Amino acid sequence: MAASSERSPPPFPESEEQELEHDLEEDEEDSEEGADIFTGGTLSDSAMDPPLPVSSSEPPKDIFSEPPADTFKDPLNKTSAEKAASGGLSKAQAAVPVKVAADEELDDLFSDSLGESGAAPVTDAKIAPLLDLGEEPQKSDVIKKGAGKDDASTEVLSAPQNDVIKKDIFEEPPKGAAKDLPTDIKDGNAAGKKPASTDLFGDDDDEDLFKEPLGAMTKKPQGSLFTEAKSEAKAARPEQSNSAAADLFTEEAFTVTPVVAAAKSSVNTSSKTNGLHSDEEDLFAEATVELSLDSPHNDRRKREAAKPSAPAPSLSASASTSKPQPKTLEELEEEEKEDTFDLNISVTNPEKVGDGMNAYMAYKVSTQTSLSMFRSKQFTVRRRFSDFLGLYEKLSEKHAQNGYIVPPPPEKSILGMTKVKVGKEDPSSAEFVERRRAALERYLHRVVSHPSLLQDPDVREFLEKEELPRAVSTQALSGAGFLKMINKATDAVSKMTIKMNESDVWFEEKLQEVESEDQQLRKLHAMVESLVNHRKELSVNTAMFAKSVAMLGSSEDNTALSRALSQLAEVEDRIEQLHQDQASNDFFIFAELLADYIRLLGAVRACFDQRMKAWQRWQDAQNMLQKKRETEAKLLWANKPDKLQQAKDEIVEWEAKVSQYEREFERVSATVRKEVIRFEKEKSRDFKKQIIRYLESLLQSQQQLIKYWEAFLPEAKAIA
Amino acid sequence: MIISGLFKFSCLYKKVNFVLFFVVDQLRSVSVDLNNDSSLLIDIPDALCERDKVKFTVHTKTTLNSFQKPDFSVSRQHEDFIWLHDTLVETEEYAGLIIPPAPPKPDFESPREKMHKLGEGEATMTKEEYTKMKQELEAEYLAVFKKTVQVHEIFLQRLSSHPNLSKDRNFQIFLEYDQDLSVRRKNAKEMFGGFFKNMVKSADEVLISGIKDVDEFFEQEKTFLLDYFSKIKDSTAKAEKMTRSHKNVADDYIHISATLNSIAADDNTALKQHLEKFAELLEKLRKVEGRVASDQELKLTELLRYYMRDIQAAKDLLYRRARALADYENSNKALDKARLKSKDVAQAEENQKQCLLKFDKLSESGKKELTSFKGRRVVAFRKNLIEMAELEIKHAKQCVILHSTCIDLMDSSFIFAVVQVRGRR
Repeated sequence: MAASSERSPPPFPESEEQELEHDLEEDEEDSEEGADIFTGGTLSDSAMDPPLPVSSSEPPKDIFSEPPADTFKDPLNKTSAEKAASGGLSKAQAAVPVKVAADEELDDLFSDSLGESGAAPVTDAKIAPLLDLGEEPQKSDVIKKGAGKDDASTEVLSAPQNDVIKKDIFEEPPKGAAKDLPTDIKDGNAAGKKPASTDLFGDDDDEDLFKEPLGAMTKKPQGSLFTEAKSEAKAARPEQSNSAAADLFTEEAFTVTPVVAAAKSSVNTSSKTNGLHSDEEDLFAEATVELSLDSPHNDRRKREAAKPSAPAPSLSASASTSKPQPKTLEELEEEEKEDTFDLNISVTNPEKVGDGMNAYMAYKVSTQTSLSMFRSKQFTVRRRFSDFLGLYEKLSEKHAQNGYIVPPPPEKSILGMTKVKVGKEDPSSAEFVERRRAALERYLHRVVSHPSLLQDPDVREFLEKEELPRAVSTQALSGAGFLKMINKATDAVSKMTIKMNESDVWFEEKLQEVESEDQQLRKLHAMVESLVNHRKELSVNTAMFAKSVAMLGSSEDNTALSRALSQLAEVEDRIEQLHQDQASNDFFIFAELLADYIRLLGAVRACFDQRMKAWQRWQDAQNMLQKKRETEAKLLWANKPDKLQQAKDEIVEWEAKVSQYEREFERVSATVRKEVIRFEKEKSRDFKKQIIRYLESLLQSQQQLIKYWEAFLPEAKAIA
Repeated sequence: MIISGLFKFSCLYKKVNFVLFFVVDQLRSVSVDLNNDSSLLIDIPDALCERDKVKFTVHTKTTLNSFQKPDFSVSRQHEDFIWLHDTLVETEEYAGLIIPPAPPKPDFESPREKMHKLGEGEATMTKEEYTKMKQELEAEYLAVFKKTVQVHEIFLQRLSSHPNLSKDRNFQIFLEYDQDLSVRRKNAKEMFGGFFKNMVKSADEVLISGIKDVDEFFEQEKTFLLDYFSKIKDSTAKAEKMTRSHKNVADDYIHISATLNSIAADDNTALKQHLEKFAELLEKLRKVEGRVASDQELKLTELLRYYMRDIQAAKDLLYRRARALADYENSNKALDKARLKSKDVAQAEENQKQCLLKFDKLSESGKKELTSFKGRRVVAFRKNLIEMAELEIKHAKQCVILHSTCIDLMDSSFIFAVVQVRGRR
């Protein structure tokens, strides 16, 4: 708990209870009995749905004392969880006066804490101490295992270490839950404490939970991310999880479809009660819709979902008893967060570092946030351009293949940068720097406004860490750059060779749309660029005219006319400034928006390509399987039993691969679809915002124009 | 390509003729202030454009009895105007007057060039864009045409309003003779001669500019006009450039608007209507911006250009006077020499007297002319500047209205869309 309070700024009292409940939830996941017991215990009479049969008839006390202990013992013993457990638990010992030397003791500890915490809801007085007991071990586990994890427990899920942790967790059900727990809690704290997991994990229990007013609070946008991250790790899971867990999961997997509806309804109810959920939720809703299309990805997610949902009931129970007031506060916070997206990043202060060709521009990246995944509310780092490129490389490496649209950074400009390096105080290089600064800022905004990318540890590291290892592969002329070029070329060739017979009209249409839009935008961009140039020209010409008129005025011998002419010169001077400002508005508001979207459309196309690649893999696997089957048939016919077995094995292997690739393809498709929809929404909003901004700038300059000419009019009339 | 370009261009000409009647009326004499003497009223109600030749219908209404009829029209070409101007300049009598500057040759080069470019770019443009560009070009062509007619008209009006020049025989012939004047175009020799004459004149100008003037007024006037001429010439060029780039901006709006429209056509999200509105706005804006540019051109550039030429005419007057002065001084010297030699004294005396007389006459009328020129210039500048400021304000206000309505529309439609989405949910 100590650790968690460090991380999450406002230690909400509820978090404890949540953790507690999450403890409970583990039980449910791990074993059906456990789940039954707890739900039965906490929500003594609430109706339980099929997967978790209600065992309210049993006396709660018994249940707590016995079954949980068993279940925990089993998984722990079976799986080689010792390393994880001992690590985590030994830490826990420091805080909790329990000696853990052997597995049995470990089990004891768990069973104790669990038993007690299970009992907690029944007896309020006990809660606090129990919590400590139950939580600390788990928390420390997490800390121990994922070195970087306590920084950002949620994001870590996708990191390599994470997988290890994940595995541990899965090997050892209690711990897995424990791990989920801290993350949940943290998220919960950050976002005004909505146990994210709950809504995703919409399961029958959830529904019950949500029906209760308090349940509403268990909603959290990050939840979706969380599940996604998890689902990745999940792939390894079934093999590693112990038999009991496996059973559970398989069962749940089968029950997914009915659950979908339930999950959905739970989402609805919760959103009604809370009334503060925006896009993320929409996404989620979409995801659930897709779920019913039985994409394996989502199924997995669903399975996952079953887990955290369990704790909900107890949570709600305890929360209801403890505090209704904090919740409204939380709700407010949440609202704020979702409305303004409480992460404010600005790129400022471009500064030239070094001299000559080794010089580079460093930018100040300041972040202001109340998201608890960051260590503090406000921090500033210095980054150079290649760091931004490096961030993109890392992100696209990780996420692009899954069909995410990774926002591309501004292009490298050797010419522009060389100018900056060589040139002293040149307006064009100043403009270049400003343009790049603005582009970088927009780039970062796009990255963090993407729910999945925000969770990436690299993003956080980029924003937070003082020193970043130098991004090496970003130099245009480096070996890595060369390799990249070759890769791109081969990609392009393979793209041409792949003939995908599109099964989904939606994708086909969208791709076409994207392509034609790309062309149109390019055209428009060229037009706007020429507008910018013409306006700049106009401004230059106006300035020259102003000077010339001033001269004319000075040689005019009629005093009034001379005065009027010099006034006219002044007016023209101001108008020149106006044109110049408008030209930069044209550029920064309009042209840059288009340039950004041209790049983004490239990213969108890339994610369509990823989908195509996934499809290709699937097809290849299918062909392979076909071949294997043929060989089998041949062997059968040739009557070679010795090789037959091998062929059969291979078939099995390839069947697995086919289904895996198919799932993958479907997962990528689902992601792409979701991403494209998200992109379109974002685009719509962006364009609208920028157009209005642009119009406002035009409006303003026209208003200025009126002012200038109105001031001039009496001067003209004064000519006698 | 060239052929088709030319063909289109001649189509354009025909179209222009239709519009001309009301157009010319609308833009009567902007650059000069003329005294309203109703005894001789001249206007050009119509003009016909054939290839490069423009035929102006010159209409005269008069109460003077030196004309045979009180109301008549003749058809004149640009060359006839030049002839009239040249004869006036060459008339000794008018040496002391500022001869109104000859109208510039009709210049359709810039719209023609644009037309050519448009023809080339036809393939890369959407139909809509092309039509709009063509419209824009037609408008520009029309503006050039209007301007041409206008300057010719002004030339005649200034002649008619001048007490001396209006009585000129050649001028009256120009107005009245109902046949073709069949002015010979200058042949190559004459062209060269004219060029040579100009060279001599400017060399002479340099030579006699060294002579110190006895009259303070003319001395001042000379330095002023020289200075002013170079300045106004510069301003004219700059103003021309400015208006041209303004037109380019307006043209860019057309392209952007058209492209936005085609993007909007492909789009089917909520963005569609925003893009459409934006495109619509830009379309309106380009009209306004185009007006701003052409108004600037008309009120400012034309004013400057006209006075540049007028000052040139005034400078010519000064030159003639200076020449006369030089002649007088030479005749003085000749007289002295004759007296010294006691030979041909009477003739030299006569010559000297003549020169002095001429010079005095020139000085006198020149002074009057220059003073009135100054007044005229100030009045014209005042009028044009006021008009321009008013037009600028008018256009800017129109833009403001366009912008704010568009912003309002977008905002409200956005809210509406949100409400819709919420409702659906």
